[in-house]
Amino acid sequence: MRIDKTVLAAILVAGVMAPAAAVAQEVSDGVVKIGILNDQSGVYADFGGKWSVEAAKMAVEDFGGKVLDKPIEIIDADHQNKPDIAVNIAREWYDTKQVDAIMELTTSSVALAVQGLSKEKGKIDIVTGAATTELTGKQCSPYGFHWAYDTHALAVGTGGALVKAGGDSWFFLTADYAFGYSLEQQTADFVKANGGKVLGEVRHPLATTDFSSFLLQAQSSGAKVIGLANAGLDTANAIKQASEFGIVQGGQKLAALLFTLAEVHGLGAEAAQGLNLTEGWYWDQNDKNREFGKRFMERTGRMPNMIQAGTYSAVLQYLKAVKAAGTDETKAVAKQLHEMPVHDLFAKNGHVQANGRMVYDMYLFQVKKPDEMKGKWDYYNEVATVPGKDAFLSVKDSGCDVSAFGK
Amino acid sequence: MTMIFGIPLPALLGQLLIGFINGSFYALLSLGLAVIFGLLRVINFAHGAQYMLGAFAAYLLLAYTGIGFWPALVIAPLIVAAISALIERTMLSRLYDLDHLYGLLFTFGLALILEGSFRWYFGAAGQPYSGPQILAGGTNLGFMFLPNYRGFVVVASIVICLAVWLLIEKTRLGAYLRAATENPQLVQAFGVNVPLLLTLTYALGAGLAGLAGVLAAPVYQVSPLMGSNLIIIVFAVVVIGGMGSIGGAIITGYVLGILEGLTKVFYPEASNIVVFVIMAVVLMLRPAGLFGKEV
Repeated sequence: MRIDKTVLAAILVAGVMAPAAAVAQEVSDGVVKIGILNDQSGVYADFGGKWSVEAAKMAVEDFGGKVLDKPIEIIDADHQNKPDIAVNIAREWYDTKQVDAIMELTTSSVALAVQGLSKEKGKIDIVTGAATTELTGKQCSPYGFHWAYDTHALAVGTGGALVKAGGDSWFFLTADYAFGYSLEQQTADFVKANGGKVLGEVRHPLATTDFSSFLLQAQSSGAKVIGLANAGLDTANAIKQASEFGIVQGGQKLAALLFTLAEVHGLGAEAAQGLNLTEGWYWDQNDKNREFGKRFMERTGRMPNMIQAGTYSAVLQYLKAVKAAGTDETKAVAKQLHEMPVHDLFAKNGHVQANGRMVYDMYLFQVKKPDEMKGKWDYYNEVATVPGKDAFLSVKDSGCDVSAFGK
Repeated sequence: MTMIFGIPLPALLGQLLIGFINGSFYALLSLGLAVIFGLLRVINFAHGAQYMLGAFAAYLLLAYTGIGFWPALVIAPLIVAAISALIERTMLSRLYDLDHLYGLLFTFGLALILEGSFRWYFGAAGQPYSGPQILAGGTNLGFMFLPNYRGFVVVASIVICLAVWLLIEKTRLGAYLRAATENPQLVQAFGVNVPLLLTLTYALGAGLAGLAGVLAAPVYQVSPLMGSNLIIIVFAVVVIGGMGSIGGAIITGYVLGILEGLTKVFYPEASNIVVFVIMAVVLMLRPAGLFGKEV
């Protein structure tokens, strides 16, 4: 009972002293707490999911489990791809669970909502799982960061490769929410800028199981390339059903604009072979990646994709920033995150722009034929590097008003 | 090219056919639901889970025993029917004398438990299941490329629906069934084993859901939530057709599949609500459903 009272007193005092604590060189609540909020049971469960939580825990262990002599804790929750649920969880985490930063945030609509809340609460969020460039564009936050990839990088990488290969007429199958629009529009802009044209598009609800009707419209459009501006299971289902309806045999190409190792594995090499895709990281690129992949495999039974490896990097970089700032106070840590170079097994030469976008080199891969594979997860051939400056929008082009950040 | 409402005719025909394919699944599922409701007065919310069980039974048969699609088409529904019969005998039958609401709550809870445990064990992502080799590939119909397997689904669904309808409306067994639900005491007095009949009816309805699950496995991925995505639509189909009307459920299933297909052509964003809009309209104009009898 006595202890409870002491704790209560401490909380009250801390509450009163909160404005002063912002300047103090210390860790709030005696623990650095990171929340991993993503889809753990829906269409994007393999895309990031509980595997991202595992990657975050690995980052904490690799960092030594403590920062500024205080313990580091990872908590996680499933937001079911619903922005309202996500915001409720995030609010609870910030208000009552002493969470210092929220990361991963798969699904663009969720990421935008949680970033809005984080900005309002003066908290840091690092998005690895969502794609929309809005996060570092019109809806950017001084404490919001975007790791791993975004729709612009995908448009330039995968879209660019297909345009180069002669794909000058496109039809889009687009997921009917922020991410899909952003991906479709940026790819379409890129196609048009390179002399191609867009013949049409059709919007489908998130988590569609039957794409046949949409695929049929794409087929009858006569477009050379069918751009799949969706993700996760949606893309996998669309590809599988496209082969049923003889779309590829008919001479049309499929562009899976957002496709990662997790979906390739789910679909199988037989159906995925030959697909071009853009990722920022692949386990078999070098010894460091292979070593990480092996450790991840031992814990989860699968190889990480760029979302999971990116979450590892985001957590690690955040902890480095807390250490450098000497506190977990938001502004001080955000300043460090903006200034420190990103140099880890995920990003070799990364830096963070003023709008929060982490810029690093991405890669164009092609999925191997089944008979070329040497092992169970040996899926990719590396085709090209997409330099960071081409892959990501500059602060000027992003639409983010960074001059408002100081206010 | 001939155009209808600004849509090329071949595209329209293609969409109609796809709507018909989806309608086949709606019809099969709503048929089972209508059988169970019509004869047992149980609102079977576990129907989606039983559909999922059918797909998983086929998947597990292939993965662990190497039993392929054709045998699974018979074995998997029997497994689902057996499990459901057991559930009916040990649990559901105790609720017959109570308000319908208890049956609904029980089956809803059952569905959550089944889906939750499968999700826990297999994960949320789908498991791939290949259809039979003989039906691989497709046929070019001129206006569209029809995957052979989907063509088979349409034929199978029509045959099964007709067979079940005949069984219940035209055979002696069906007559017993209908009589047993009308006046169980009297039928019992004639020496018919009524509880057994009811168990068989529930097993039949659930088995139909399992069969639809096996048929769906090669088209959609086998996933724990495949049923919960569908069950709400199927309930809407049954409500529109008229609760308990078996023929109504079948016809409404196909018609709504086609209407949904057409919506996907004209205004795709509305495709997942069109069924419910129709349901609302039908309930306002004909509360007993299109083919239901006013009570």
